[in-house]
Amino acid sequence: MVKLEVEAPLIARSRKAGHFVIVKLGEKGERIPLTIAGADTEKGIITLVIQAVGNSSRKICGLNEGDVITDLVGPLGQATHVSKVGTVVCAGGGVGVAPLLPIVEAFHQAGNRVIVVLAARSKELIILEEQMRASSDEVVIMTDDGSYGTKGLVTDGVESILIREKTDLCVTIGPAVMMKFVSALTMKYKIPTVASLNTIMVDGTGMCGACRVTVGGKTRFVCVDGPEFDAHQVDFDEMLMRLGAYNTK
Amino acid sequence: MATDHKNTLSRDELWRVELRKAKKNKERTDIPRVRMNELDAAYRSRNNEEVNLGLTGAQARLEASRCLDCPSPSCITGCPVGVQIPAFIKYIETGRFLDAAKTLKETSALPAVCGRVCPQEKQCEAQCIHLKMKKEPVAIGYLERFAADYERESGQMSVPTVASPNGTRIAVIGSGPAGLSFAGDMAKRGYEVTVFEALHEIGGVLKYGIPEFRLPNRIVDVEIDILSRMGVTFVNNCIIGKTLTYEDLRADGFKGIFAAGGAGLPNFMNIPGENLIGVMSSNEYLTRVNLMDAANPESDTPVLTGRRVAVIGGGNTAMDSVRTARRLGAERAIIVYRRSQEEMPARLEEVKHAREEGVEFLTLHNPIEYLGDDKGRVRQMRLQKMALGEPDASGRRRPVVIEGEIETIDVDAVIVSVGVSPNPLIPGTFSGLEVTPRGAVAVDETTLRTALPDVYAGGDIVRGGATVILAMGDGRRAAAAMDAAIKTNV
Repeated sequence: MVKLEVEAPLIARSRKAGHFVIVKLGEKGERIPLTIAGADTEKGIITLVIQAVGNSSRKICGLNEGDVITDLVGPLGQATHVSKVGTVVCAGGGVGVAPLLPIVEAFHQAGNRVIVVLAARSKELIILEEQMRASSDEVVIMTDDGSYGTKGLVTDGVESILIREKTDLCVTIGPAVMMKFVSALTMKYKIPTVASLNTIMVDGTGMCGACRVTVGGKTRFVCVDGPEFDAHQVDFDEMLMRLGAYNTK
Repeated sequence: MATDHKNTLSRDELWRVELRKAKKNKERTDIPRVRMNELDAAYRSRNNEEVNLGLTGAQARLEASRCLDCPSPSCITGCPVGVQIPAFIKYIETGRFLDAAKTLKETSALPAVCGRVCPQEKQCEAQCIHLKMKKEPVAIGYLERFAADYERESGQMSVPTVASPNGTRIAVIGSGPAGLSFAGDMAKRGYEVTVFEALHEIGGVLKYGIPEFRLPNRIVDVEIDILSRMGVTFVNNCIIGKTLTYEDLRADGFKGIFAAGGAGLPNFMNIPGENLIGVMSSNEYLTRVNLMDAANPESDTPVLTGRRVAVIGGGNTAMDSVRTARRLGAERAIIVYRRSQEEMPARLEEVKHAREEGVEFLTLHNPIEYLGDDKGRVRQMRLQKMALGEPDASGRRRPVVIEGEIETIDVDAVIVSVGVSPNPLIPGTFSGLEVTPRGAVAVDETTLRTALPDVYAGGDIVRGGATVILAMGDGRRAAAAMDAAIKTNV
């Protein structure tokens, strides 16, 4: 996982929690969507956190200080709808933790009680813990191997809160399979839930439809209608299938 | 010298009078219409080289001599940008090819593009006097292309004269044909024009949509370069409404805005299986191949190719997609269209080229379902057979279902090319802008002014899916109207 601070003053000024950018590296590079993890309007920088999973993300992770990103455009998508609802559980896994941070900050600033659940395979992969603590009322850490926090999955952490106290909203960002299970859990407890989807995109502006997902039985475009949707309405199985479009195995 | 040049457009110029006398009309109309030189179909269907090779100088001069230089030329009325057609053709006839190119550039910002992709058979050539005499029309499109290509290849590209700067800043949203045409006309009038483009490349649909084998990118780039030399500034990777807002533009001193952001959202048919892997919009397929160069192994962008590719639709974009599929190695590349060939909106030339390249046409068939394998990849499609009924609102015979006649065919990829809807991005972020029930930006039909007095709009954001030349015509009209409004301060 790599954190990049990118000079992009116009995007830093106009972005809000939930927005994403499209990044393209090099003449023959691919356009890939990355959710913005933070911004400093004074310095004119935005923060991106990326995990090397494929060819393009590996190249981006290989950038050094002072390097230039060939093409960067944004902010894209609809911003998170932030209001005072009461208690908000924010569940993040993997690189999803990074874009979750501005959402945590926004809900906290709006006067909500915010409880964050961070999940990873092991202790070294837990990121942004301090920043999350600074902007929330409580942070619950879950690791698969029990090397830090409580041993268990993100859903175990979320469920422990839902059992313990009245929750008004859940926000989840992470791998699609994680969001699918968080959504299934909160559906059981009837807690309204928002998931931020990261699908395959090309232009990111509504032109190609590569990012389409089924939400409530209707086809929606993640790039212009999302990236956040009512998780209980999202067809995660279809989304998981479509994420495998270019897996050659 | 532009002013001298303009004077010579009159048909009463001595040289034109003499040229008309040099040959009898009968001799002119007896010359058969020139045939475009083309690459061999078997060869071209496996590469991306431009199919049409253009005319030679001798071919062009002979074809130009077919034009009767009519006293009231109706061809001009058929052209959305009003190209001085007889004038440029007569320059070609006398061998003054560079003057022909200059004449084109007075009204068209993109002559080499128009000469390639305009549906001349429905516009200028449809009005040609030859048709009234039961002869084939003058090949105006081929001649336009010839003059523009000749000028480019001569290394003596002329830059249209621009008026002295008037200091007024104008913003253009989108660098497709509408935006470029508008930018050129406003630059000529002395405005300080900045074009904002959301993608990383300038050119809009000319780059991401129309394939290399029909419109090479280098030709688009040359025309864009001319606009730059006329003082137009291009800003890529900048989305108006997102990166910069309407209010930002006004605060930055832009006195007029032309919104030409294109059509955007691809339509799907909402039938079962449409979200299977391998089913995609023509926008996605063509963008991957044209803009992202996905067929090149050096490109990081992938594209799904298949042995059996079905393209749904009968328009030019469908033809571009199916011919691209052939070039990417499809053994079967099939057009699936719910009406008959007669109702197809695609240009005849595109249909002819597609056929020659081995594209199959499955007309009077309409997909009703896609079937996938256990990995969610499309494997088959179910097609409803259709028949033609009574004419509908478009005047074309309506396709009706033949009950019980359903066919299943094997496919590895499906490209859905059934039109586009206006992109919600601009209407959604310009407060006060009015939209039609279909989501298009609403404009005054004459001036193309929107509900916001300083914002004009044209091209597909207003029309839905239309053509390059109609978009360019909008750009010209909006430029004239905005200029008049700014000058009279209304």
